Amino acid sequence: MKLDYEIKGGDFASAGSASSQVKKVLARLNLDPKLVRKTVVALYEAEVNVVAHAWSGQISVDIDPSRIIISIKDKGPGIASIDRAMEKGYSTASQKVRDMGFGAGMGLPNIKNNTDKMSISSVIEEGTHLQFENYIR
Amino acid sequence: MKLSQVVKLTKGKILCGDEQLESDLGQAFSSDLMSDVLTLGLTDILLITGLVNLQVIRTAEMADIKHVLLVRNKTVSEDIIELAKSSGICLIHSPVSMFKASGELYHAGLKPIY
Repeated sequence: MKLDYEIKGGDFASAGSASSQVKKVLARLNLDPKLVRKTVVALYEAEVNVVAHAWSGQISVDIDPSRIIISIKDKGPGIASIDRAMEKGYSTASQKVRDMGFGAGMGLPNIKNNTDKMSISSVIEEGTHLQFENYIR
Repeated sequence: MKLSQVVKLTKGKILCGDEQLESDLGQAFSSDLMSDVLTLGLTDILLITGLVNLQVIRTAEMADIKHVLLVRNKTVSEDIIELAKSSGICLIHSPVSMFKASGELYHAGLKPIY
């Protein structure tokens, strides 16, 4: 099963709506609620990241019997140092993002904690591609 | 602790989800930082927060948190209540501070997560 969603950069009112739709689909598939929660927490963190930092983004979700693969590709400023972005507490978020309850430099580490496999690549002034997988056991 | 007791102890008012008044709660977490809430890995807790925006509801939804206590007498807009309703989340509005709400509930037996 494949699902695709668009994300608009800066659209804080809609941030999380794609994750919410994915959660409803995963819940209908009768998957382990813990797996569903971990997957949508990771996706929601990623969706908030795109809204907070990028200009636009695309989410694609691929569910097969053994795993959930999620790809989040954005057009945006890119990440100057992925190593630093993976450090807990490092953030380049604006005050607006912090006012929303985010921007504490915990997003990417938390995505890692909630996924079985994660990879990230980024090109400055072009965008970032985050991909992660959770195995269905 | 019953949700109805949370309402009573925090001088709260239910904004939506009053069918959950008899729900039993064991643990609570107080935070204005949604990033922290998303790291908890526990469900069925009471989230106590003074942050009032759509992302609080989205965070609760993703983290499987069904009960949210909004403290410090914040104004809660209709779109926040609507989103909570559609996500099956019970929202309580309270005039007291986060410290007082947390203190009263802890004193009455609600446990911290850590």
